[in-house]
Amino acid sequence: MGMIFPFSAIVGQDEMKLALVLAAIDQTVGGVLVFGDRGTGKSTAIRALAALLPKMQVIAECRYGCDPAVPATHCEECRSRPNSAPVKTKLMPVPVVDLPLGVTEDRVVGALDLERALSSGVKAFEPGLLARANRGFLYIDEVNLLEDHIVDLLLDVAASGENLVEREGLSLRHPARFVLVGTGNPEEGELRPQLLDRFGFSVEVKTPADLQTRVEVVRRRDSFEQNPEDFIAKWEKDDDKLRQRITSARSRLATVEIGDPIREQAAQLCMNLGTDGLRGELTLIRAARALASFEDCAVVTDAHLRQVAPSALRHRLRRNPLDDSGSSVRVERAISELFDA
Amino acid sequence: MTEHGPDAVLATELFAIGFLDLGGIRAKGPTGPQRDSLLAYLRKILPSAACMRRVPVSVAESRLLGGLDLASTLRTGRPVAERGILAEADGGVLILPMAERVSPTTAAHLAAAMDRGTVQLERDGLSSQIETRFGIVALDEGVEDEQMPDGLLDRLAFQIDLAQFDVAAVAEDARVDAIAAARNRLPDICIDDHAIATLCKVAMQIGVRSLRGSLFAIRAARAAAALAGRSAVVEEDVALAARLVLAPRATILPAPQQDETTSPQEPAPADLAPNANESGDADPETNENQPAPAAAALEDRVLEAAQAAIPENLLARLKLTGPINMSAKSMGTAGILKQSGRLGRPIGVRAGALRDGVKLNVIETLRASAPWQALRRREQASTRQPLSPIPAGRVDVRPDDFRITRFKQRTETTTIFAVDASGSSALNRLAEVKGAVELLLADCYLRRDQVALIAFRGRSAELILSPTRSLVRAKRGLAELPGGGGTPLASALDTAGALAGAIQRKGQTPILIFMTDGQANIAGDGTQGRERAMQDALAAARRLRSADLTVLLIDTSPRARQPAAQLAKEMGAEYIPLPYADSLTLSKTVRAKSRGVAGSR
Repeated sequence: MGMIFPFSAIVGQDEMKLALVLAAIDQTVGGVLVFGDRGTGKSTAIRALAALLPKMQVIAECRYGCDPAVPATHCEECRSRPNSAPVKTKLMPVPVVDLPLGVTEDRVVGALDLERALSSGVKAFEPGLLARANRGFLYIDEVNLLEDHIVDLLLDVAASGENLVEREGLSLRHPARFVLVGTGNPEEGELRPQLLDRFGFSVEVKTPADLQTRVEVVRRRDSFEQNPEDFIAKWEKDDDKLRQRITSARSRLATVEIGDPIREQAAQLCMNLGTDGLRGELTLIRAARALASFEDCAVVTDAHLRQVAPSALRHRLRRNPLDDSGSSVRVERAISELFDA
Repeated sequence: MTEHGPDAVLATELFAIGFLDLGGIRAKGPTGPQRDSLLAYLRKILPSAACMRRVPVSVAESRLLGGLDLASTLRTGRPVAERGILAEADGGVLILPMAERVSPTTAAHLAAAMDRGTVQLERDGLSSQIETRFGIVALDEGVEDEQMPDGLLDRLAFQIDLAQFDVAAVAEDARVDAIAAARNRLPDICIDDHAIATLCKVAMQIGVRSLRGSLFAIRAARAAAALAGRSAVVEEDVALAARLVLAPRATILPAPQQDETTSPQEPAPADLAPNANESGDADPETNENQPAPAAAALEDRVLEAAQAAIPENLLARLKLTGPINMSAKSMGTAGILKQSGRLGRPIGVRAGALRDGVKLNVIETLRASAPWQALRRREQASTRQPLSPIPAGRVDVRPDDFRITRFKQRTETTTIFAVDASGSSALNRLAEVKGAVELLLADCYLRRDQVALIAFRGRSAELILSPTRSLVRAKRGLAELPGGGGTPLASALDTAGALAGAIQRKGQTPILIFMTDGQANIAGDGTQGRERAMQDALAAARRLRSADLTVLLIDTSPRARQPAAQLAKEMGAEYIPLPYADSLTLSKTVRAKSRGVAGSR
């Protein structure tokens, strides 16, 4: 795998970085879709995130990585264990699982364990990528090239947080709560609206247009490649600091207050934009809360709402092909109409 | 050490020095002696341990990424993984013939493996990560409208023209040794911040958007310095890198006049004075190391080097979506036609007997048989069948286990709009077509269809939007549509016919939609004259008819007229008078039509 470029060393792309951090603070915000130009470090950022995330507690013998602190989310195996015995736990890195393009269905959902079936004739379940991604991130590069039948598999699981396996005589379910992260280039094609809807944030990344930023990006990348160890060591402190902030933001999250006026503002904004369904509103509120927590504020303010609104709503607008202005512009317009009026 | 061959050879040498970090070379040109000598020369200058592996254009995902090795699996009775081509290429070079036909999916696999340095295998019940690093030589035979996937092209440092690859200039043994020595020196070559900044700046001035361009330029400059026996990058290396890496990626000319495509904050510098000012504002860091005038001078010299190497036909291929002359018919070979015919989307497997034309899904078959093995062995032992004992470790597969992959057959449809952009009504008509194109694209992610647009006006027809399903690209392509001028109907019919032919060769179904009043007044050769123009148009229409395509002719004249109807008849088109064709009606008509086409298949 080699060395991973430090998250803190990524120049610019603040919207993308913030969206990823917020999704790490509150997984219920939903996934992050990053669409944009080539060579803007989309994949780099997501791989860097994996290295940045604080480790998590899991039940040691659980193959789905169940959280010992939240029994409600446990898989069937963990539930059926006798309560009396003390649960062994261990610390694990948060999984950031790649869903590569050539993946076959059996590896996504999980399937009959071929090895055991072949050698001893035992019908056993071998968990797939969805199981591995439980409580972590599922990353799809070039998400718009993903084959339709794989997308179909994801849609239901991403919404329900549970993977139902009904194949090859197997019938079981296991938790699969993950943050979906997709990257892609809009020139390769559009995403299906159902899949689009599964993402909490949609972020647009552009190649930086000013020289200074560009030079800095290239310079850092180059010194990383020349001597990765030194480069990572140099940024370790910054990464640690950010990791610390994410951890404390997580623990603070439940105490952050959201006043009724903020909820109303959020609802009004969604109404003005004509977004489909309530999901937009929900994401907006959760994202604003995660942001407030990240910034160590006790109360969610208009400013938080404003900052997260473009990424939370951009992809939820009803498509209007005859309106030439892009969705970002439309969201910005609605925001300034609502808040500056 | 200033003596060297032409740029194409030099680029190849630099690639051979740092072939694992420089992505690759796109070599454009037909097959021929130059191509052979490129490959032969590469073989000579690459380390002997580096493999050169050819990847056929039709490579299956399972071969590219790896998968279950069926023979070994059956022999040993446990799953055995087979390494794919990407893993096998580790430390070597992949040769990609017919790069212009590489599918987006294959390109994405290559790109992912290059970015990560690993192949991630999640197939057939296997899961593994295999480290691999390789370079790519993409042999691109594309003509005009064919282009290898952008995402892959962006990851290759060099683009060379095979015609320039001069065999005579190369192949001394001393050179081969120098390259090998340079490869060893490469990790220790220094490059200063100023050189990095210069390459970034020049990249911006000639409109190289992706930052990979600048990164590759830096690596190429290092390789150049290593080849020249230096320990640090000097101006000469920077200029060479700009010429070899940045120039082929140029999208704008660093014109003295303000160019609209550059961002407002960064006007392309016209002369020395504002340039020096600007670098004073924008890049204080550089100024600490170097006095401003010297900085500007270096930039200018590097820019000049890059500019001199910008291909002459830059303007012609400025934007991918931009006007591309379709007069030269793109020729696919018959072999390709067969391969690219899509099987459709696999929608699962079913039990079934083996017949001709069905595809056995081996894995599913094995899976189906797997749970029964123990049982069958016992069964076998109890019944007296001494003639066919199953050796231990073998899998007993019975006809009941056979699983057949089911495919949903659906060919992609590409709708080609050919729009009359002549005369006074052009603007209105174009706006409606634009709307219709966007409406069609808006739901094409459900149907995986594509749209293309040809506009004809003045002397000839132009491809405004090459087939795409990307709304983003379409919007960009449709943003500026010219209108007014004569009606070169014959040229329009030929252009549309050629495009439809190209689409058919890709195994897709073209639908042609002409929007015109049928009043031709420019003949096929571009000369004026109503009579000749009409005759040419009718002749072109008959040619189109012989191609047996689905064609709609939408008569946009205020009153239905003779010429348009006659034209429709000659080309075997459906004639629809639609004087007030608005975008909604248009897209509905087209959708109904394409459904009809899809249904008949």
